Amino acid sequence: MREDTLIRMANQIADYFEAYPEDEAIEGVAGHLKNFWEPRMREQLKTIAAKNGAALHPLALKAAEKLG
Amino acid sequence: MTCLRERDLGTPNRPGAPQVTLHIDGREVTAPEGVSVMRAAALAGTDIPKLCATDSLEAFGSCRLCLVEIEGRKGTPAACTTPVTAGMKISTTSEKIERLRRGVLELYLSDHSDAVPDAPDAADCDLHRLAAEAGVTQSRFAPNGHARPVNYDDSNPYFVFDAEKCILCSRCVRACSDIQGTHALTLTGRGYNTKVAASMDEDFFASECVSCGACVQACPTTALQEKTVIAKGMPDAAVETTCAYCGVGCSFRAEVKDGEVVRMVPSKAGGANAGHSCVKGRFAWGYASHKDRVLTPLVREKITDPWRPVDWDEAISFAARRFKQIQEKHGRGSIGGVTSSRCTNEEVFVVQKLVRAAFGNNNVDTCARVCHSPTGYGLKQTFGTSAGTQDFRSVDHADVILVIGANPTDAHPVFASRMKRRLRAGAKLIVADPRRIDLVKTPHIRAAHHLQLRPGTNVALVNAIGHVIVTEGLADEAFVRERCDAKSYARWREFISAPENSPEATEAATGVPAAELRAAARLYATGGNAAIYYGLGVTEHSQGSSMVMGMANIAMATGNLGRDGVGVNPLRGQNNVQGSCDMGSFPHELSGYRHISDAAVRGAFEAAWGVALDPEPGFRIPNMFAEAVEGGFKGMFIQGEDFVQSDPDTHNVVAALRNMDCVVVQDLFLNETADFAHVFLPGTSFLEKDGTFTNAERRINRVRPVREPMQGLSEWETVCRLAAAMGYPMHYDNAAQIMDEIAALTPSFAGVSFAKLDRVGSVQWPCPAEDSPGTPVMHVGRFVRGEGQFMLTRFIPTDERSNRRFPLLLTTGRILSQYNVGTQTRRTANSLWADEDLLEMHPADAEERGIRDGDFVTLSSRKGAISLRATITERVPPGVVYTTFHFPGTATNIVTTEHSDWATNCPEYKVTAVQVAPGNMPPDWYSERGARQRPAPAEPAE
Repeated sequence: MREDTLIRMANQIADYFEAYPEDEAIEGVAGHLKNFWEPRMREQLKTIAAKNGAALHPLALKAAEKLG
Repeated sequence: MTCLRERDLGTPNRPGAPQVTLHIDGREVTAPEGVSVMRAAALAGTDIPKLCATDSLEAFGSCRLCLVEIEGRKGTPAACTTPVTAGMKISTTSEKIERLRRGVLELYLSDHSDAVPDAPDAADCDLHRLAAEAGVTQSRFAPNGHARPVNYDDSNPYFVFDAEKCILCSRCVRACSDIQGTHALTLTGRGYNTKVAASMDEDFFASECVSCGACVQACPTTALQEKTVIAKGMPDAAVETTCAYCGVGCSFRAEVKDGEVVRMVPSKAGGANAGHSCVKGRFAWGYASHKDRVLTPLVREKITDPWRPVDWDEAISFAARRFKQIQEKHGRGSIGGVTSSRCTNEEVFVVQKLVRAAFGNNNVDTCARVCHSPTGYGLKQTFGTSAGTQDFRSVDHADVILVIGANPTDAHPVFASRMKRRLRAGAKLIVADPRRIDLVKTPHIRAAHHLQLRPGTNVALVNAIGHVIVTEGLADEAFVRERCDAKSYARWREFISAPENSPEATEAATGVPAAELRAAARLYATGGNAAIYYGLGVTEHSQGSSMVMGMANIAMATGNLGRDGVGVNPLRGQNNVQGSCDMGSFPHELSGYRHISDAAVRGAFEAAWGVALDPEPGFRIPNMFAEAVEGGFKGMFIQGEDFVQSDPDTHNVVAALRNMDCVVVQDLFLNETADFAHVFLPGTSFLEKDGTFTNAERRINRVRPVREPMQGLSEWETVCRLAAAMGYPMHYDNAAQIMDEIAALTPSFAGVSFAKLDRVGSVQWPCPAEDSPGTPVMHVGRFVRGEGQFMLTRFIPTDERSNRRFPLLLTTGRILSQYNVGTQTRRTANSLWADEDLLEMHPADAEERGIRDGDFVTLSSRKGAISLRATITERVPPGVVYTTFHFPGTATNIVTTEHSDWATNCPEYKVTAVQVAPGNMPPDWYSERGARQRPAPAEPAE
């Protein structure tokens, strides 16, 4: 999947959870990714986080790093 | 088959009234106090003759045929207008009464067409039936002794009006006013010149008539009659079934003659529609036998090859071989499937089973992805289940009705009629919509507030409503304390009270004056029972899920949940959107909304299906397309869905489909998506299906076949054969067995079976046990998730914004006569009302661009351009344009974008930045499409 598509989707999720305290927000983003994203998308996001973390919303970045 | 005529008790019931005892013709009977003598007699088995009375309308008392004698009362009162009281002694027949009735019948016959008894539909005429029963064969009065208005109006494509057969009982006029609420008909003129007139004495087609059919159904003679009955004669049998159009899910009797449908008549016993209908369900069913239907399976090696008709075995083995080759080469997760909200629960269930068990992955999704997936997410987060809270009947108890992003009179007309009845009775209406939809001002109804917000600002608006509720002390703190999660409420209170959520602050974004919004919020919070009804104007946004949760927040904060007259109610677009979601069509969950990662739930399915299931969620539809464009997703089973016309960013959809090695389309017609398919499996119309649909109020209704599948195989059998060819045997003897499996694996359906539905008519889930009556209203006393959860809903403007190049905002929707991509309605006479997509544009925007009404214009966005005609109207505000996506020749979704809801990827159809320019410059797409069109090689159905 195109990286910009995944980045946009992940950042949108992070934008939503930004209203919550940071710990909850990171859990919220990570939980959403785990519940609704196909594993290959999650793997690709982890790769993006490792290579191009600046493109991700800080919450999305931290959530991606938490993904197992 | 059921009996043809539904019993007519003459006048309406009085629900809840105490029973009284009286005597009718010497027999002791009981009846609700206040019902008419006519109804009480009918309940006791005595049908008093009547012409102007019918139990769907209040008594009128004009025909004088229902005269009775009541002990202690003078004269012969009309049974229809006389309420029963305890101890009454009534005689429905006597020599005097019979003489009076014969006289009345003679008078009517003297003024009635002589031709009726010989007409093919004569049996439909109550006047002649009653005359025959009374032994009246001729009238003593001179027939046609005066100049009655002569008017034979066949302008409507579906029914005629013959004034010579009219007895001026006004049942049609009252049906139009009281049931449909359009008020298109009236009695005009005086004395012998009195006649039924449509609008300002126009023909029916040109009038305001919306062709709901209520007048035709109400007519006791054959003055208003279906053209199909005139052409084919009276039906000889009837089958109870369910409409296949919108999510209201109306019950119908399909009346047939020699196995062929003659007419569809709405069932009075229908839980969703109570005997009413709209132009689509009532009349637009001819598509089911349209000559365009493909009845032979088709295959081709490449999408540029011509189709090759084959038998079922070859088509299925071709598809299975291709799918298996793809998986061998690209991996198990390289194929998937999509279920259809137009198919039955049973058909949907087997497709998701095909994907999970035979394909071995969870790449299954449903077309609800592009409409109400945010409803599923939002209501599950807040209330604990992915469904609307009320039954339709609940609106009868609403005091305030908040309609957000829905246009019920066009998209859910039968429910709209019910809502309008409540509004005419005094309920207050708030409409939140960028367009001035008909409900804002319609006969005898005017919205108290029309919050004409800018597209894309729903969340700002609902937050402002929440702000007023909390900061003005209008919250129902006792309800919240008792029913909701305290921590989430405290957090939401703090969030929503912030100044940036005040109406004064949000006005800049929404365009809704703060004072107007405050007044609307106060009305919602303090006006009594307040109910929210919403549609795709809520969900099809980048913040669709946030908006659903925002509405749930204000409903919880005001205590408007858990009883009649309140709630948060999605109006579902297609007949089985609710059902397709219930059946485990989403890639992350199994039937009954249980996550695929839940080992216990998954284990139950694995045990039943004898196969290990993938515990991880699969791809959603937009994920499938995105992955296909990149080459990682190569095959798709598409059940009854036309992505190329319905999904956003058409060029992207086509690029994805072109990149696949096996696209299988199961449909009635070679739709736009079939142009990119390798296998076409002919589907069945609703007249051939055996199964169930679940409507927007969670009502599970039976769909019964009127005839055998025209192409020889039910859709679920086709899917089972494909599963078997893929190496996973999947067998059922009939559709009832599929429902039994659903019930065994899904707690909310545990008490559902075909036998039960056949016995009780319909049932609303949750229905957890065989003896459960179902659940009309949810969250009574306790939310499904336990305590209601308030969610924070920060307003985040969409990235799709107008600019100098694209200064207008496009929003899309539906009209009354057409439905979705038009596959069905375009193949009916409904196209006489609308045969093209039109672009609504405000006069100021049009004048600025030199565009006149009816001009062809080019509508462009950063995704592409289309050409269509403009209609200049103040229904849309300046800066906003609106169109539909019913016609493939327009290809509206060329201009819509990839933006989608943050939680569910539901596309943002409702906000696209566009420019409109005069002139017809057809984009390349149109010529490409023209080059693709190939006639179907199969034999036509008719």
